Amino acid sequence: MRVGATFSIAGRELGSRLLLGTGGFPRLQTLADAIEASGAELVTVALRRIDPAAQGSLVDVLAAKGVELLPNTAGCFTARDAVRTARLAREAFETDWVKLEVIGDERTLLPDAPELLAAAEELVDEGFVVLPYTTDDPVLARRLEDVGCAAVMPLGSPIGSGMGIANPANLTLIVEQAGVPVILDAGVGTASDATLAMELGCDAVLCASAISRAADPVAMAHAIRHAVAAGVLARGAGRIPRRTYARASTPFEGLPEFAE
Amino acid sequence: MIYVNDEPIPASAGATVADVLAGLDIDTARRGIAVAVDAEVVPRGAWETHAVGDEARVEIVHAVQGG
Repeated sequence: MRVGATFSIAGRELGSRLLLGTGGFPRLQTLADAIEASGAELVTVALRRIDPAAQGSLVDVLAAKGVELLPNTAGCFTARDAVRTARLAREAFETDWVKLEVIGDERTLLPDAPELLAAAEELVDEGFVVLPYTTDDPVLARRLEDVGCAAVMPLGSPIGSGMGIANPANLTLIVEQAGVPVILDAGVGTASDATLAMELGCDAVLCASAISRAADPVAMAHAIRHAVAAGVLARGAGRIPRRTYARASTPFEGLPEFAE
Repeated sequence: MIYVNDEPIPASAGATVADVLAGLDIDTARRGIAVAVDAEVVPRGAWETHAVGDEARVEIVHAVQGG
């Protein structure tokens, strides 16, 4: 990881290491305020069948905030559907970027590894900048990088679970080997989870539910923004190694000796 | 019949994607919309010319919160 204020994905420099998912916000105004508080420059959006009656202004709200859109393929269970959704998103949002999600299980929403890899390969071939939501499996992360993904987005724990980083050892392995940015996606429950992700060497964190479903989403956006910054600084500062026994920070030399 | 997001709509001869959108009162200038006909994306620039034949399956999607 390059410790610093900015990082880049596919040559695009980003000043914020916090990506915001727009899902789950109760009102558009809360979303707009949370974007402001989070400092995020890249935010996710999804595609669904249009409701002609609902002349929604989501895209206008996001445009007014000046953020870049990262369309996702949430809800797709096959490579075929994910690829089609990505093509629609490219047309709808005029971006080649896609957060690729191919889900394999309804209850856990965990990624379907073979379908994910197949979709990633196809989309890279079609010129997309592919950011795949993946498991915390280091081998799958490497395979995704090998087929040309611009980043890897391993989960900390299942989407919306708030369980944090279930397997820090695996995440560390992914970070060690990765030649593309590693963005922790899914599982963050509160600020400290985001800090840990950055301390482990992730380049960025994507949060949706942790912010949008917090009791006070705007306050949580603010907290996680600072948590990410703290994690980056701590990573750069170099933490002390863990030890089994104490190591005194106060010298024993010169300790007064008292008579019996 | 054509099928827009699975809803049957009477087909009209020579209708284009733009006609279908207009028939549904969808503003074609609106951002964040995409259209696929028979699973193939129709670029915005081709909406005025791309014909929607009988039995065509049309998907019209727009941006929603997610992710």
